[in-house]
Amino acid sequence: MSFTVPANLEAGIDELISHYPVKRAASLMVLHALQEHFGWISQEAVEWTAKKLELQPINVYELVTFYPMLRQQPMGKYQIKVCRTLSCALGGAYELHKHFCEKLGLDARAHGPQTTKDGKFTVEFVECLASCGTAPVMMVNDEFHQGVSHAKADEIVGGCK
Amino acid sequence: MPQEYKLILNHADEPGYTPDIECYLRHGGYDALKKAVALQPKDLPDGAKRSGPEQIRQEVMASGLRGRGGAGFSCGLKWSFVDRKSSKPIYLICNADESEPGTFKDRQIIYKDPHQLIEGVIISCFANDVHLAYIYIRGEMPDGAKLLNRALQEARAKNFLGKNILGTGYDLEMHVHRGAGAYICGEETGLIESLEGKRSYPRIKPPYFPAVLGLWMCPTIVNNVETLCNVKHIVAMGGAEFAKLGTPNNTGTRIVSLSGHVKKPGYYEIEIGKATIGELINDPAFGGGLRPGRSLKAIIPGGSSAKVFKAGEKFNIKGKEVDLLDLPYDFDTLIQAGSMSGSSAIIVMDDSTDIVEALANISEFYAHESCGQCTPCREGSLWMSKALHRLTHGEGRAQDADYLIKIADNIPGGRTICAFGEACSWPVQSFVAKFKDEFIAKGAADEKRHAKEVKGAGQARR
Ligand SMILES: Cc1cc2nc3c(=O)[nH]c(=O)nc-3n(C[C@H](O)[C@H](O)[C@H](O)COP(=O)(O)O)c2cc1C
Ligand code: SF4
Ligand code: FES
Repeated sequence: MSFTVPANLEAGIDELISHYPVKRAASLMVLHALQEHFGWISQEAVEWTAKKLELQPINVYELVTFYPMLRQQPMGKYQIKVCRTLSCALGGAYELHKHFCEKLGLDARAHGPQTTKDGKFTVEFVECLASCGTAPVMMVNDEFHQGVSHAKADEIVGGCK
Repeated sequence: MPQEYKLILNHADEPGYTPDIECYLRHGGYDALKKAVALQPKDLPDGAKRSGPEQIRQEVMASGLRGRGGAGFSCGLKWSFVDRKSSKPIYLICNADESEPGTFKDRQIIYKDPHQLIEGVIISCFANDVHLAYIYIRGEMPDGAKLLNRALQEARAKNFLGKNILGTGYDLEMHVHRGAGAYICGEETGLIESLEGKRSYPRIKPPYFPAVLGLWMCPTIVNNVETLCNVKHIVAMGGAEFAKLGTPNNTGTRIVSLSGHVKKPGYYEIEIGKATIGELINDPAFGGGLRPGRSLKAIIPGGSSAKVFKAGEKFNIKGKEVDLLDLPYDFDTLIQAGSMSGSSAIIVMDDSTDIVEALANISEFYAHESCGQCTPCREGSLWMSKALHRLTHGEGRAQDADYLIKIADNIPGGRTICAFGEACSWPVQSFVAKFKDEFIAKGAADEKRHAKEVKGAGQARR
């Protein structure tokens, strides 16, 4: 499968690059745009970005390996990110994470993102999402959820078609 | 009676208040900007003239405004350090990375009142001769980034932004830049590296003070979201008037993020120093007290990096003994009490909390988030987290408490490039010092159980 960036996406990326006097500064924004479209950052995406920004591929690759939100492999269609940091932990985040894992047949104790066999869901812990007053909180892809009870969690999973 | 004082969050939670520009304009939005750009040069007694931007900088200095991002450094002083003679462009970056655990105040502004922030940034840029600014927002706020982008478009359409703003000849561009999930991007020099498209590796100071060698090695101002919003109000009401809010040297308001074991967690804007920690936790106007039947065990007063306070602790404040709950919530008192108000985030823990678990949680955060440049921080944060992991997973030892202190004592104090070294050590130092018996008891119990198991295994074989 060849790697092609659709024209309208590339136009959007060119616009982003114009926001900076130095092209390299657009790296993260370009990677966000590519990941939004392709779901993850492949080797081809790294090389494409490097060429676009007149960089060496390593300059881009080192970002993909540093920033947790950038994905080096495809993830589930629905990415469930449960905040695990203190205020959420006090509010039941670990129980919530376990609930998701049990419901979806994943190992709650395994390290890192866990994806269901059908590729529909990825569940992972993330660090403080800056909404500690409504613990426990989580995201499903770009969508934010707060005060998530187990019943609400079931509803959220049910809503993922 | 302590009560909220809503300066920044004056409208945000009003029914019907929306984040679009029309709503903002109906509530007096951008009036402060109009006032700022219309300031006429003032004649000084010595015959010199003070320009409009200089007058704003002076008002900010007079207001006593201190940074709301964590360090509480004087905003006016920070601006005075900017190298204005380098002939390089000056940049301004709004730090909207909001990632200190416990903190959720900037989120309220960005999501509910983005134009207030943008107006604050425009005025701050005008005051500092900045023509290009960025809002660095954490990656996990995609909707916040969209809202800000829409607000920027609206502001451009009304000529509050762009070329020749309001016919004054002043040009300013502003863009939203998204992070991608790394806490260290909140540290200002790490943020600058990240914005330049690199790994967020903080820079060593000296020489890389942003005010001199910041973004692309040009003079750069980095301010927190809430700080920049305050600038708008300082211009609107005047520095002297602003300084009447709060308490001396702790002027204005702060949005306190209250989370953990209270009945009413949430964000509460107060005049700085006009409410005590006890009131913030217990008063019906704020946290509303602990859950029924629970008592207070500990609080973290300024985001997870701040040193913990133990319930019942007493402090010597200006020669007087003051109980923890009676400490006024401000910058200076909390420093005198040995901790800090940091990002003004209070995390409350009641007696149901396993304090060793709580520290293990915090240390796991720091081990995950260290950028890895400095050996003491990279290794130390991991060692501490590992020791705490075993203490919370039945594998602890009685001497782990001392081991933790030893590591924590060897990270901060100029051994690392950035203040993350302090941030990861302070919780460990304070938790273990103040709750040492619990750490020792947990480790000792594990050792005892293990000894029994080993003995049991030996007998079974015989
Ligand atoms: C490890 C670390 C993390 C930080 N995270 C944030 C943050 O998320 N948001 C923020 O505004 N400041 C953060 N800061 C403080 C910034 O470095 C900087 O002091 C601040 O943005 C300056 O703005 P102010 O003077 O308006 O407070 C952090 C500092 C350190 C050392
Ligand atoms: S102290 Fe830690 S976070 Fe800061 S630069 Fe060094 S390794 Fe990175
Ligand atoms: S601890 Fe979960 S949002 Fe802050």
